Amino acid sequence: MTNAREISVEYLARVEGEGSMRVKVVDDQIEHVEFSIFEPPRFFEAFLRGRPHTDAPDITARICGICPIAYQMSSVHAMENAFGVTVDGSLRELRRLIYCGEWIESHALHIYLLHAPDFLGYESGIHMAADHRDVVEQGLRLKKVGNSIVGLVGGREIHPINVRVGGFYRVPTKRELEALIPELEWAKDAAVATVRFVSGFSFPDADLDYEFVSLSHPDEYPFNEGRIVSSKGLDLSIPEYNDYFVEEHVERSNALHSRIRERGAYHVGPLARYNLNFEKLTQLDQELAHEVGLGAVVTNPFKSIIVRAVETLYAVEEALRIIDEYVEPSEPHIAYTATEGEGHGASEAPRGLLYHRYRIHDDGRIADAQIVPPTSQNQLTIERDLRSVLEEHLDLPDDKLSWVLEQSIRNYDPCISCATHFLDLTVERG
Amino acid sequence: MCAGPRRCDVALPTLAVHKFASCDGCQLSLLDLEDELLAVAGVVQIANFMEASREVLPPPYDVTLVEGSITSAHDAARIKQIRKETTVLITIGACATAGGIQALRNWKDVDDFSRYVYAHPEFLDTLQTSTPVADHVPVDFELRGCPISKHQLLEVLVAFLQGRRPNIPTYSVCVECKLKGNPCVMVSHGTPCLGPVTQAGCNALCPTYDRGCYGCFGPMESPNTASLADQWKVMGASDKDLVDAFRSFNAWSEAFRVESDRRETSIEIGGVR
Repeated sequence: MTNAREISVEYLARVEGEGSMRVKVVDDQIEHVEFSIFEPPRFFEAFLRGRPHTDAPDITARICGICPIAYQMSSVHAMENAFGVTVDGSLRELRRLIYCGEWIESHALHIYLLHAPDFLGYESGIHMAADHRDVVEQGLRLKKVGNSIVGLVGGREIHPINVRVGGFYRVPTKRELEALIPELEWAKDAAVATVRFVSGFSFPDADLDYEFVSLSHPDEYPFNEGRIVSSKGLDLSIPEYNDYFVEEHVERSNALHSRIRERGAYHVGPLARYNLNFEKLTQLDQELAHEVGLGAVVTNPFKSIIVRAVETLYAVEEALRIIDEYVEPSEPHIAYTATEGEGHGASEAPRGLLYHRYRIHDDGRIADAQIVPPTSQNQLTIERDLRSVLEEHLDLPDDKLSWVLEQSIRNYDPCISCATHFLDLTVERG
Repeated sequence: MCAGPRRCDVALPTLAVHKFASCDGCQLSLLDLEDELLAVAGVVQIANFMEASREVLPPPYDVTLVEGSITSAHDAARIKQIRKETTVLITIGACATAGGIQALRNWKDVDDFSRYVYAHPEFLDTLQTSTPVADHVPVDFELRGCPISKHQLLEVLVAFLQGRRPNIPTYSVCVECKLKGNPCVMVSHGTPCLGPVTQAGCNALCPTYDRGCYGCFGPMESPNTASLADQWKVMGASDKDLVDAFRSFNAWSEAFRVESDRRETSIEIGGVR
């Protein structure tokens, strides 16, 4: 007699957007694993055509309410690449600063409200607050520190209005930035405490062979600039992206799946950044990582929560450094002339590499747009992880099995709103 | 069930949060209430909020917040079910109240859009239009903004819990600029601004940052869009610029839609100016 189990989660919780999971196991053999995205398509690339190039940072921000800065940064860098413009000095530093704010806000949200409840067995951060109110309050305050950076430099936390091609509309004064220092000093201690707190969780065993991909910059932990490198030898400039990566449309998903040409699945996000840029973290980050048992390379995706906490600490330290060294720029943005051409931009969204490409007409309007969000790039890897976690945990009853599978999806902090141009969880056991 | 930091001895009003085609930003506004979130969770029972919790309590719900626009046959059916399951339905954000940026498809052939973005458009379930929730079911209150203001969201929630009308102004961004003491960006540095026809709520954000308002809170009550558009032309804007300006995050709201269509017609008659 066959023994078939089907587990399905029709609407995944604690992820951004609408996705589902389905797995089917027959006689302890995995028959089917599917992570799909049913969030309806919004067609950003299509309606960007014909719009002024200056609209790109405002419009593409609306792809994602959790990481609008990532979209704004990749888009302005792509435009500047097309026009041969370089933004440096204090304006470049302000861009790193606002990105620090987004990482802190997004990572704190994910660590405390979306992911920690899985490790501690709560349905939500709100449920967790009943027993661990001080922990949740610490997380919310940390999140608020990130938001206060984005709010000051960007104008508001969600869909900031101050980022433009060439720089900003208005730059903050030194005094305005210095007002952030006391909370950032608190946040530094809170981020250290967060690393120690999450490293005390119990982690399912997992050691998978990934090809990690992230930006890499000679002098700094990557946000906006660098080369695209991988743990298996890729090393390319941002404009070469399409020569090495390809997107495919599969029926079960409204998100395109990315793969490395002739190789397949790859992994972007905090683990990839950390593994490929460990030596660029501060001494404090590296020592703390060692103290909590992380090596220079982490391959257990469940430990991404610790890496997110280390990155949060880095972002707090980097924000403090930038504010300390800040000199108000003479102009809020640099002048440029829009010309016909093609530009490429890539930056490190909290969830991983975000690539934009635009072709611009001679009148400065967008002729063609391509946007590859991190969650599309992780989609195949998420399915591979599901298969492996399923193999490890077939002895669990359905409800526990479903939870650990959901948790493994949340390791990636998937953003489905982003990937749809993307997610649906069912475990079937026949 | 009684979980979370709240009183367990009284039945709390239940809150549901649902998402349609959108960026997640408006429901994130609820989680962005860092100082108030746990207090809110103490006075309402979060009964169905997938972005925040695995736990789903059965309907009916007292108050439901809906983010996102209706863009698929599946979603058109889903919103009808959500309406049946709630006493109060509040739509939040430009997608739910005006169709959102994705309503730009309403002027185009969506099949062409599908082919441009997806290799297999036949896999998609998508409607020709992106429309606000109120086009499909009765809505009790519409909260504007792209994104909404979290402070306005809190005001709306509190008002409904207290059984009073929310105090959400429908005057223009200009009023907020005056209250803030901002110099007018149109008058003082010739920057085109949609503030005179856009509903307040952002605290005159863009003019405060030395740029013109781009209309993310949608049209104010009784806006004079034609007059503002004429003034933009005096300042050197073309009809094409005006079509772009009115067709953004609230493109399908009536006042902005009518004005953009009028300017598009004058492009067709007079050539691009």
